[in-house]
Amino acid sequence: MTISREPIWDDAPASKLQATLRHLTTFLSSLGWAARIFIESAAYFPSTLVRRDSRTVLMSQLYVTGIRTLPVVTVVSLFTGMILALQVGLELRRFNQEMYLGAAVMVSLIREMGPFSCGMCLAACVGSAIAAELGTMKVNDEIAALEIMSISPVRYLAAPRILALIMMAPLLGFFCCVIGTMGGGIVGVTQLGVDFGQYMASAISMADTKDLFVGLLKAFVFGAVIGTVSVSEGFGTSMGATGVGKSTQRSVIVSFLLILMLGYMVTRVCYQ
Amino acid sequence: MNTPLIEFDNVVKKFNGVAVLDGLSFTVEKGEVLALVGPSGTGKSVTLKHLVRLLTPSSGRVLVDGVDVGECSSKELDKIRARIGYLFQGGALLAWMNVFDNVALPLRECTNLPESEIERKVEDALAAVELSAAKEKYPAEISGGMQKRAGLARAIVRSSDIVLYDEPTSGLDPVTSVTINRLIRKLNRELGITSVVVTHDLQGALAFADRILLIKDGKKVECATCEEFVKSDKPAVKEFLAAMKGELK
Ligand SMILES: Nc1ncnc2c1ncn2[C@@H]1O[C@H](COP(=O)(O)OP(=O)(O)OP(=O)(O)O)[C@@H](O)[C@H]1O
Ligand SMILES: [Mg+2]
Repeated sequence: MTISREPIWDDAPASKLQATLRHLTTFLSSLGWAARIFIESAAYFPSTLVRRDSRTVLMSQLYVTGIRTLPVVTVVSLFTGMILALQVGLELRRFNQEMYLGAAVMVSLIREMGPFSCGMCLAACVGSAIAAELGTMKVNDEIAALEIMSISPVRYLAAPRILALIMMAPLLGFFCCVIGTMGGGIVGVTQLGVDFGQYMASAISMADTKDLFVGLLKAFVFGAVIGTVSVSEGFGTSMGATGVGKSTQRSVIVSFLLILMLGYMVTRVCYQ
Repeated sequence: MNTPLIEFDNVVKKFNGVAVLDGLSFTVEKGEVLALVGPSGTGKSVTLKHLVRLLTPSSGRVLVDGVDVGECSSKELDKIRARIGYLFQGGALLAWMNVFDNVALPLRECTNLPESEIERKVEDALAAVELSAAKEKYPAEISGGMQKRAGLARAIVRSSDIVLYDEPTSGLDPVTSVTINRLIRKLNRELGITSVVVTHDLQGALAFADRILLIKDGKKVECATCEEFVKSDKPAVKEFLAAMKGELK
């Protein structure tokens, strides 16, 4: 597929109505375009793993996605767990049910808050960087140069980035759950007087394998969405530096919105 | 008469209702060097982009070796692109690779040459643009003129039969400019490379080009050999030449 796209129309819109219709059509076609970028990247995943040069790119992307984000992800998930524990714990204490604190924190983390906070971190740290990098390449004609050399930008640039996000998101989501549970435990022990052993016992006894799988599925979906959104925003950039700023911003906003909505959808589908 | 290698046939290109190219027609014969001159913003870069389908005409046809570039299948397009080297106005080097790897990229990705052969070709191309000393540097570490020369090396490294140069000498010092102009001429003479050179350096163009095409407001004003071009009595050409001379005074 060609990444150097032109506008569909080359004449100016004749009326307000036509301009609106064109905006709508452009929006819909960019949805289809993003879907094609994802599908075509997915077709290149095996070769990304096999070819030596693209494996090098994949490795550096995995490092950027999985390791460089660890400090932020750790802090975010730690505090998510602590907040959850404090809010739930204070309520539980009113009914003398503090022994269930571990279960409440753990279940909400693996079902929703773990993948969610990991998705937010990835969209903000990694997705924005991808959109800005590819957007800059686009406005500097580097993408066009690749296409002229018959090097597919989807294989060369999109596939390793999206694959790295898909591989790392579930791992980071799981990491979020672990750290969050620890954070909740700290609050439970220090603020609410819960015994740590009891906290962990309740956490582990209530957590279902299904919950874990649904949580990991969510993280996987979020990884794919963040990758696709930021790559297609980057590839769709035009209008110089301002355009790069705009597509970076849009990639974060659209990723956030989709993470929220898809989080709900997955829950809906898996728990009914 | 045999068919020209490159043919623009009444090409109109509109952006948002504004015609940037307005019925442009010209041909380039095989083995010819055509200099494309004209005021800034008249669509010189746009013209070059049509030759590799980075842009498609709103109406009219662009033919490369008889194939309609705007309409052909993607397979045919790949074949045409493989024959064309392209120097972008901004260089368009990849930021995470050093100069050597940037120049080697088209060879590594699109050919099966052994690494030693690639190395030899890249060294030759870098030597031709006098950039051998900077091959380990990254694009951000070299000057704009050096980036442009690295882009030029990448455009010629595949020894394509057509090379499109978008302002190869703008931003370069006069001495290096002369070297680059000689290189364009040499590639054409020795390897028979057909070239289209967008340039603001008319003095240089007179030295290396077979013909000069002046466009203004997306229309062809004059297309003639160098001798005829300087003698042309069309007002727009005279104005252009007068501005050149004024600059030299
Ligand atoms: N993608 C695009 N979208 C809208 N307008 C464009 C686009 N590309 C070029 N133009 C317009 O086409 C005109 C010609 O641009 P072009 O880059 O070809 O000029 P040029 O002749 O190469 O000038 P210069 O000598 O300064 O490089 C400009 O006025 C520009 O506004
Ligand atoms: Mg230009």
